[in-house]
Amino acid sequence: MIYSLYLSFTQYSITAPPKWIGWQNYIVMFGGNESLRGDDRFMNSLFVTLRFVFISVPMKLIFALAVAMIMNRKLKLIGLYRAIYYIPTLLGGSVAISVLWRRLFAFDGVINMLLRAVGWANPPSWISNPKYALSTLIILAVWQFGSPMIIFLAGLQNIPKEYYEASSIDGANKVRQFFSITLPGLSPIILFNFIMQMTSSFQAFTQAFIISGGHGGPLDSTMFYSLYLYLKGWGFSEMGYASAMAWVLLIIIGSLTAIAFKISGGLVSYGGNE
Amino acid sequence: MSHLNKNTRTLLSSILMNLIIIVIGFGMLYPVLWLFSASFKVPNTIFTDASLIPRAFTLDNYVNGWKGIGIFGFDTFFKNSFIISILSVLMNVIFCSLTAYAFARLNFVGKKVWFAVMLVTMMLPSHVTTIPRYVLFNRFGWINTFLPFVVPKMLATDAFFIFLLVQFIRGLPKELDESAVIDGCGKFTIYLRILMPLTVPALITTVLFTFLWTWDDFFNQLLYLTRPELFTVPLGLRLFLDSSGISSWGSLFAMSVLSLVPCFILFFSLQKYFVRGIATTGIKG
Repeated sequence: MIYSLYLSFTQYSITAPPKWIGWQNYIVMFGGNESLRGDDRFMNSLFVTLRFVFISVPMKLIFALAVAMIMNRKLKLIGLYRAIYYIPTLLGGSVAISVLWRRLFAFDGVINMLLRAVGWANPPSWISNPKYALSTLIILAVWQFGSPMIIFLAGLQNIPKEYYEASSIDGANKVRQFFSITLPGLSPIILFNFIMQMTSSFQAFTQAFIISGGHGGPLDSTMFYSLYLYLKGWGFSEMGYASAMAWVLLIIIGSLTAIAFKISGGLVSYGGNE
Repeated sequence: MSHLNKNTRTLLSSILMNLIIIVIGFGMLYPVLWLFSASFKVPNTIFTDASLIPRAFTLDNYVNGWKGIGIFGFDTFFKNSFIISILSVLMNVIFCSLTAYAFARLNFVGKKVWFAVMLVTMMLPSHVTTIPRYVLFNRFGWINTFLPFVVPKMLATDAFFIFLLVQFIRGLPKELDESAVIDGCGKFTIYLRILMPLTVPALITTVLFTFLWTWDDFFNQLLYLTRPELFTVPLGLRLFLDSSGISSWGSLFAMSVLSLVPCFILFFSLQKYFVRGIATTGIKG
């Protein structure tokens, strides 16, 4: 780690020893100055990733919670259902599924065939259109909602049934119960899920690599942070710059986690005596 | 009468619930099912056929795909993937459990600090260590060997599993150790004979996730393996994807299906350990 911090202040291509260049890597990243040109692709990759994280993570959590609530009752086949709903998460990180995704959302892919069948005459080519390419990756991410779902399910089962009974005697309806009992009861778990998913979403790599064919296209619209880091470090042999990128990522994730804790300080309730 | 009504209503609502779950579930699984069926379709019908039942059934995709491209077929890729995955599993089981035993039961200087350090590494994005690790292994001349995958595991670097095992061992009664000491057991015997057999559920979780993560890992294999004879299944798929035209999508799908089979087998044979593992550590999407 320390070595990585050191490298981030150097210019280093694995074949020659690292050369100290001070803050130069960082300056280039964030817009440059008079003598150095800024790296627009870096800023772009940062924004692409931020968009990906802040759209896919909340959607994933909402979806996971909704499914968990549907499943949170006495069903005979609950084990089977849980397994089925976990399958996308089980497989989703693999190259195989990314390959499949690339095909499904291609211009002549199955998704477009289904869309045409329901009357959309001219659907776009999702993967190769910069406007939509990122959204296919978001769908792929949301599709893998299995882990937070299972954690939510465990959390829902820990909320005492008496709360619901007491509140329905007091005349609270389902919506009211959801906001006054379920959400506060789950709040620590929501926070936990959010942080876990955010951290892993920032590091998404395989999907973007396979679906874009390894270059983050079209027009850098799926250039994820980690993909750009890989291209910089290994494609262009700029290890120092890539190290600096890794550190910026660490700081971003760290501060977002801290902010999440801070904001949630007032909202998260840990129950009586924990 | 009203009693009967209530029963019918619960029954109806339960049927409805099951139905909803099944319909959503089917929608979710559709892509995977389509992949499976497409792998049996003849090449020119793959893209024009959204149905799940192939009109003309063929195994050619599997036969052609298995041969791979160039000299190296998927037999090589699968062999490599299995070597890496199984070695990783072994290393993780041995070394993570030893480390966990130390954290849970032994006293040593700086134990609390080290435990905190370990927890921090759990939260750390892996990219920060990727580059120094690469530089180090490059200097050792370990590029294009399996060592970068296996050796770090000997240092018990997968903090998730250590954490999981520590929590589990802490839940076991200390009296067991004490009576074993009275019976003359040393520390290592306690670990091996008393604690490990009781930790089996947590160890199985470790086995499962280590296998799956290593099997599906693409990033590290991409970095450290550049020679085709060392390629693993994910790299093989990617090679296939890059270098083949539209005609071989069938074979690509067939190999994709095969690459998912080990995960499926593990998942369905050991499902309850999965749930436990996810619920205790919150891993991973």
